Amino acid sequence: MSVVVKASHVYKVFGKRPNEVIKRLEEGADRKDLTKLGTAAVIDASFEVEEGEIFVVMGLSGSGKSTLIRTLNGLWDTSGGSVEVLGTDISTADSSTLRKVRGKHVSMVFQHFALLPHRTVRENAAYSLEIQGMPKNQRLEKAEEWLKAVGLDGWGDKYPQQLSGGMQQRVGLARALAAETDILLMDEAFSALDPLIRREMQEQLVELQSKLNKTIIFITHDLNEAMFLGDRIAVMRDGRIVQIGTSEEILTQPADDYIAEFVQDVDRTRVLTAASIMRETKATISIEAGPRLAMRTLEDSNSSGLLVLDDNRTVLGMVSDRNVVRAAREGQQTIADIVEKTDLFTVRPETPISELFAPSSAAKVPLTVIDENQRLLGIVPRVALLNSMADPGPATGEIPPVQEASEPVVVSPSAAESDSEDGAAFTDEQATPTEVADASADVESAAGSADEGTGAATRGATDAERGKH
Amino acid sequence: MDFMNPRLPVGDWVNDFLTWFIGAFQWLLDIINFILSGLYEVLYLVFSSPIYLVMIIILAAIAFFAAGWKVALFTLIGFYFVRALDQWDNTMSTLALVIVAVLVALIIAIPLGILAAKVSWVSTVVKPVLDFMQSMPALAYLVPAILMFSIGQTPGAVATIIFALPPGVRLTELAIRQVNTEVVEAGQAFGASSGHILSKIQIPLAMPTIMAGVNQVIMLALSMVVLAGMVGAGGLGGAVVGGIQNVDVPLAVEAGLAVVVIAIFLDRVTAALGRKTPIERARKAAAA
Repeated sequence: MSVVVKASHVYKVFGKRPNEVIKRLEEGADRKDLTKLGTAAVIDASFEVEEGEIFVVMGLSGSGKSTLIRTLNGLWDTSGGSVEVLGTDISTADSSTLRKVRGKHVSMVFQHFALLPHRTVRENAAYSLEIQGMPKNQRLEKAEEWLKAVGLDGWGDKYPQQLSGGMQQRVGLARALAAETDILLMDEAFSALDPLIRREMQEQLVELQSKLNKTIIFITHDLNEAMFLGDRIAVMRDGRIVQIGTSEEILTQPADDYIAEFVQDVDRTRVLTAASIMRETKATISIEAGPRLAMRTLEDSNSSGLLVLDDNRTVLGMVSDRNVVRAAREGQQTIADIVEKTDLFTVRPETPISELFAPSSAAKVPLTVIDENQRLLGIVPRVALLNSMADPGPATGEIPPVQEASEPVVVSPSAAESDSEDGAAFTDEQATPTEVADASADVESAAGSADEGTGAATRGATDAERGKH
Repeated sequence: MDFMNPRLPVGDWVNDFLTWFIGAFQWLLDIINFILSGLYEVLYLVFSSPIYLVMIIILAAIAFFAAGWKVALFTLIGFYFVRALDQWDNTMSTLALVIVAVLVALIIAIPLGILAAKVSWVSTVVKPVLDFMQSMPALAYLVPAILMFSIGQTPGAVATIIFALPPGVRLTELAIRQVNTEVVEAGQAFGASSGHILSKIQIPLAMPTIMAGVNQVIMLALSMVVLAGMVGAGGLGGAVVGGIQNVDVPLAVEAGLAVVVIAIFLDRVTAALGRKTPIERARKAAAA
């Protein structure tokens, strides 16, 4: 992974005396006191974006995010600091270098689509190629391929106004993708769309990104969107970047009260995924094993059922304690005949928690998390799901308070609460022996580490997710 | 100078300036005169040489392809009516003069409007000049124009150009400025040069408003032809002026009606051309 975009101490000041404003800001002045000299839209922004990453810049209107993104391809020149794109210093580049960088390396998708209304959809999609001087037939053909890739097959002859907003933005996306640049800037690209279409576009973007491995810098004011899309998120406020981190980091370790307040409304069930709450399990058994080994494993893992795996850890089904005992008594050689599949519910690691509740409440056994080859990654006991919903709060024991050092480091009430929740779940689990109780082993460990808090658990999961990338 | 009873000899100053200017730039005035009268002569020759029926059919054909059969029918009847009023030659003369004046006005106005939209100080300078040009009574242009070009078509054309120019500049500037900044940014973001952005994005998107400006220029030019008649430009203007001088009501009315026919013809045709710009066509396709 290499750094493709690097912004260091970028300032953008509108007004007559930008240098003076920068100097005063560096001396610690507030930008509100400098409005007579100029408007500081971006203040001391530094970040690096790595190849293949979706980097989201999130902030409310007026936070400077749209100005910031425009300094990345030189639509605005910087008042101070430097921007490097693939080794080219954008802030000092002359106009022909800038044009070359824009044509070859950085394309852009706009909030209000910015399509040419007098050209057909196909001609619009071919626009970037036209500027690069590709012959007409060739570029129209290529544009058609990209239209197909974004799901606009057969719409090439229409005009943009004949399309719905979502479709128009797909044309904008096709136009940017057709340029085949490494970097894609998206300025509030989905903000003008209605929520359902927005969700659909977000999913399509993630899908396209996984196929094309573009580096995407995405601007949004919608925190849920930022959390859904972003590998990392930079939160902007009043022209400054106040925190850069993964969505889990921002959710669980907000840098200040502003962000903490901001993330309060985030639907964390959509941010956290099955991977971030799943647990390991010892309650597994090979399909080739006999019933006696199964009985011993049941005893060791203190559970009432086992997941049956083959040599590749592919999940084949489960066996219950009752059947294992019966098989042992009848003298069967393997457990192959008593494997059940009916009660097993499998989910993928990237499934958001919001989609786990329904299956989890219906299933008698913990949800099984599998990868694309059906291999076992872990399980999600119901208690883990409930635990994930507890707000970790700012002081979760292991994580020190970020700002106020005076705040005593104690187990917060919310952590204590989740502790008792664990306890309750534990007894509940014990009281229903028919359930596969391998969860209880995990509950024990969860309860044991309860004062570490959910923050720690989700951080571990974050690492798991990063490994996936 | 007596403060209670002031008198500034501005007129004399202008007169002195003009005398100096004519002396110093006679060659420039000669070139302008040569171009304008030359263009007029050529166009008049083209319009008046064919038999009038052929000319009517040509005009009707233009109307048909630009604006459809209704305007074409009007053109047929209207110009036949003009011929019946015995104003054919005057009408062709006026048409030629208007077209020359409008062409020159647009050649100046559209680039100036684009420049004003792009360079803010040009806009700041141009605006008061345009205000001056529009509010100065048109007749006041005629006298210096006669001084510079003597009588004939040229002073009429020059006065017409000055009078008709402002809406062309204003609407072009407005049109370019109105183009969605995000679309222009899109052009920049994909690496287009500013020339490409102007010719492929800004002008096409500004076209409907620019065409409205063209239409305004034509209408103002037509309203000047009568005044142009006063300085010996002939044509329908000359006929109307003759009608005034001799209290010849029939002549004045007949020439006036011919002006109306030309006005409707030019207005409908240019308005229809405005609707034929690519962006309007796209809009229509979207509405269908």
